[in-house]
Amino acid sequence: MKTEMAMGKKKVQWFWTWIFGSVILRLILIYFPKNLNLSSRPEVSTPLTSIRRLAEGYWLKQSSMSPYAGSMYHGSPLLLTLLGPLTVTRIEGQPDHLLCSLVFVMADVVAAMLICAAGKKLQAAYSSSLQFIGLHHLLENSDVLPSGDFAALVYLWNPFTIVACVGLSTSAIENLMVVLSLYGACARLAPVAAFGWVMATHLSLYPAILIIPLTLLLGYGPDAPPRKLFWRRKNPEVDNPTSSDRSCLEDESINEKRMLNIFSWRPVVLFLFWALLWSSYVLVLCGIYVQQHGGLREMFKRTYGFILTIQDLSPNIGALWYFFAEVFDFFRSFFLIVFHGNILLMIVPLALRLNHRPFFLAFVYIVISSMLKSYPSVGDSALYLGLLGLFAYELKDMQFSFFLFSGYVGVSLLSPVMHNLWIWRGTGNANFYFATAIGYACLQVLYLFSLIFTSLLVLILLLSLFSPLVFLN
Amino acid sequence: MALASTATFALSLLLFLPILSSAILEKEEEEFSEELLLKPLPDRKVLAHFHFQTEASMSEDSFARHHHLFPKSISQLVKKFHIKAMELSFTQGRWNYERWGGFDPISSQNAKPPGVELWAVFDVPQHQVDASWKNLTHSLSGLFCASINFLESSSSYSAPKWAFQSALGRLRYGTLPREAVCTENLTPWLKLLPCRDKAGLSALMDRPSIYRSFYHSQRLHLTASRTVADGLDSGIILEQALTVVLEPNIQRAGMSYPSETKIQPSWSLSSIFGRKINGRCVLAKSSNVYLQVERGLVTKLEELQENTAAYASNDIGTDDLRWNLGFDLTVTPDRVHRELEKNSVLYEYSINGYKDTEQFDLGLTWKHPVVWSSSHAPLYASRFLMGSGNERGSIAISLKSTDLTKGFVAASDLEERCKLQVNVLQIVPWYIKVYYHTLQLLVDEKPQVVTDFVERMSVSPSEDKVSLGMMELILMLPCDIKSAVLNIEFDKGFLHIDEYPPDANQGFDIPSAIISFPDFDAGLQFSNNSISNSPMLSKLQENRPVLSYTEVLLVPLTTPDFSMPYNVITITCTIFALYFGSLLNVLRRRVGEEERLLKNKDANKVAFLRRILNKLPARLRGRSSESTQPEQQSSSSFINPILILKVLLVAGIAVVWQYYSK
Repeated sequence: MKTEMAMGKKKVQWFWTWIFGSVILRLILIYFPKNLNLSSRPEVSTPLTSIRRLAEGYWLKQSSMSPYAGSMYHGSPLLLTLLGPLTVTRIEGQPDHLLCSLVFVMADVVAAMLICAAGKKLQAAYSSSLQFIGLHHLLENSDVLPSGDFAALVYLWNPFTIVACVGLSTSAIENLMVVLSLYGACARLAPVAAFGWVMATHLSLYPAILIIPLTLLLGYGPDAPPRKLFWRRKNPEVDNPTSSDRSCLEDESINEKRMLNIFSWRPVVLFLFWALLWSSYVLVLCGIYVQQHGGLREMFKRTYGFILTIQDLSPNIGALWYFFAEVFDFFRSFFLIVFHGNILLMIVPLALRLNHRPFFLAFVYIVISSMLKSYPSVGDSALYLGLLGLFAYELKDMQFSFFLFSGYVGVSLLSPVMHNLWIWRGTGNANFYFATAIGYACLQVLYLFSLIFTSLLVLILLLSLFSPLVFLN
Repeated sequence: MALASTATFALSLLLFLPILSSAILEKEEEEFSEELLLKPLPDRKVLAHFHFQTEASMSEDSFARHHHLFPKSISQLVKKFHIKAMELSFTQGRWNYERWGGFDPISSQNAKPPGVELWAVFDVPQHQVDASWKNLTHSLSGLFCASINFLESSSSYSAPKWAFQSALGRLRYGTLPREAVCTENLTPWLKLLPCRDKAGLSALMDRPSIYRSFYHSQRLHLTASRTVADGLDSGIILEQALTVVLEPNIQRAGMSYPSETKIQPSWSLSSIFGRKINGRCVLAKSSNVYLQVERGLVTKLEELQENTAAYASNDIGTDDLRWNLGFDLTVTPDRVHRELEKNSVLYEYSINGYKDTEQFDLGLTWKHPVVWSSSHAPLYASRFLMGSGNERGSIAISLKSTDLTKGFVAASDLEERCKLQVNVLQIVPWYIKVYYHTLQLLVDEKPQVVTDFVERMSVSPSEDKVSLGMMELILMLPCDIKSAVLNIEFDKGFLHIDEYPPDANQGFDIPSAIISFPDFDAGLQFSNNSISNSPMLSKLQENRPVLSYTEVLLVPLTTPDFSMPYNVITITCTIFALYFGSLLNVLRRRVGEEERLLKNKDANKVAFLRRILNKLPARLRGRSSESTQPEQQSSSSFINPILILKVLLVAGIAVVWQYYSK
């Protein structure tokens, strides 16, 4: 018992050291001259997340023009009020964007903490449910590190996150909002979940599809084995008295109630109510901010309209910019519909298949949207790679994991090289860079595929472990 | 009754029209004058500035009115689009402000940016201005055989508010820096003259010598005045000016001098144009040739004269011809005008008396080597690009002090803080995405707070594919300034494949910035009042601010691969198909255990259907569904009979479709 405590303490200490280390690393990188030019890299700053565009929007607003005048700024007015003043404040002898950088570092750390907390909730729920159906021996060998801590460290130490943070990409804040909503839903805090969801949707539109997993998460509780196992558990309970521990009967009764109470409407209704409240609040705030400059209509046109119509064709790590630079104008709207439709098409099948694992479903949605969004950046990949840590235990025997890892490393090394050859040296052409973008898209497809495949395999494993008890009689 | 009376009136008007037109009335209404200004330039070149002015009265009621001298196409243009003022210029080459001067009316009014520049002020309500502009560009495009119609789209013209001219929002301004100017633009321009290029001064315009020149700019300026003058409703003044900078043929003259590099080449009209003046255009009211000797040259010649006077004490002629010491003129001027303060001299020749037999050929022979410099604008403006690569860069406008500023400082030393006002108009196309918050000002090479020096600033940022970006600035610089640099950063845009011009790798042009000094007056002041009846001289005497254009910048933009849009489309669509297919595949993969579970459960409708669908292939394979293992299921899913069935179904539909579509 004592050694366990000491172990736990040591682990905690070790965890905090690493978190502190990641912050120090970020600060060191920030103090490099001009942020290592990361803020103008196409991988980091897309037209939506670039800090320079935000500063331009703030400048326009300060000179009593619409922040959306010109085609520079396409973000939220709220970000402008938060980060705008920080872009112009300079401290003598310090880097130009120090205050902004500190905000992003803080956003990263808070997001990591939330991931950690959400991971703990998930793990607790998962182990209790496994215990409930009598498979708690599966958890015996998972004493390496709590998956929440692991995910937090993965998120903080992921080079993509670091680059996005030092490159002053506003995606750090978008990620924070997404994580906040997920945490809120895990902890059943409807107002927090609603706030995170509303803000994330307001900032980058794509998290809107997260409403389905959030609702499921609030309704059914965090991820658990398929519900039919619980039904099964209830029926043949008497057959296997040895499998369940007698000491936690009280716990079990509560759990049982929770597990069997299929869909609790109360938190969902609360969530929807709060979402409505928060969104009207955000809209009112935005409305006040932009009322002299065309109002909300203009804002939606310049933010969501810009996202949906892909007007900016500057290169990024996605493939759509080159596609729309080359496609014939006649087909433009058709392909816009097809590509955005692809995101929406998969929502329902995934929700049906993974409805017993709402958190994983949310994760898959995040992967899909960051893969197919109009202006993807490494900040989006950072989020889903960090969340991957939460499922590290069950996905440990994921297919192609080494291939995927080397693919990510290769693409992130090759892409800047190709960009340099094309843009700066002029010795390569656009196809060089596009090839890495295509490679990256293929990798993400493969990643998504093996992710879902493995999680379904885990399901098979669970069922096969469970089935002898059920099906042998 | 009223109709009949009008008809008779019209009839009688028609009958009497020839008589009326021959009467004095019409002669007074329309006037034409032709003038030519010649000016030796410091760098061994000669400036020739042709100025033709046609005036006509224009009354509103006479719709299909006949003009004698005034070009009908132009008057129709003015009437139709309600033009208040308009200027169109075709230019090739760049006016060298450093050598050819920047502080005289010729450089501030006639030096134009390369390519086509068009501005117009309309007399219509605000909301119709854009429509009028669009129509005007198309009409002018047809009139002058140029691609002025490219100025029609809203992404190629702008509406400067105050840095260029103030016209209460009714001004539109557009440039085409890439436009190649050639004789096909000159011919329609000459057609507007009453004598075309058959007689008068315009007969000098020998195409090869004009297009061989270092700089030529043909200009068409229209002013329609609505003031009630001479009892008439309104009048139009059409000014046509052609400014050419030529280099006289050196082989012919100046070979005898040992120091031929120092001495200016001697020239004559026939040597620079290859033609002589055969007499005036008979329709012209006045037809004059002027020779301007600018201030710097006059000062030098006076110094020279004083030096020679020390050697030879003999008296030198009249006061007027005192400066003739430096050069000889083949024709004696009819009159000589001296400027009031700035000392420049103007020789006037009237060519009314010359005929085919007695041609006018003004020649100038230098006697002594003279080196002088033209008067400069207060600050010499130039503009350049900074940065490398095709991702971003910055535009820098540099203002350097010239000799004039130094004198200016010495003069105004007593005043505590004198300020030099500089107006800057910078227009950028939308694919140059300017970050206006990065505007930096370096005064004497030290970074300064922009707001300390910027009196007024108005920015209209560019909108992708819709409008140009425009920045108007009023800078208040201290007079003792040595240099000032305005620096602004931009990102280079990426265009759609169709938006690139055929020669995309050549780069894209940023139109010239306009720098003006409203405190300085470029006009000349002549003492003699009698010359005010010459339109060109009155134009030279007008109070106009000193204005200069900067260089056109060439920005290379990144190009996509133009040759393979199909590859990009197919590859991207393949990725999407891969995504969709693999995701669907993994989602519809069912675990064997689950299938069994479904079977055991009470069958609802969906489960029933699914069971049948699952059983069918199993039956066909001759296997019981119970023995199906997940591994086998996944491996045999490729030869699934359902799949074959589906393929057959699709093929059948395709065949039927083919059959019916024929």
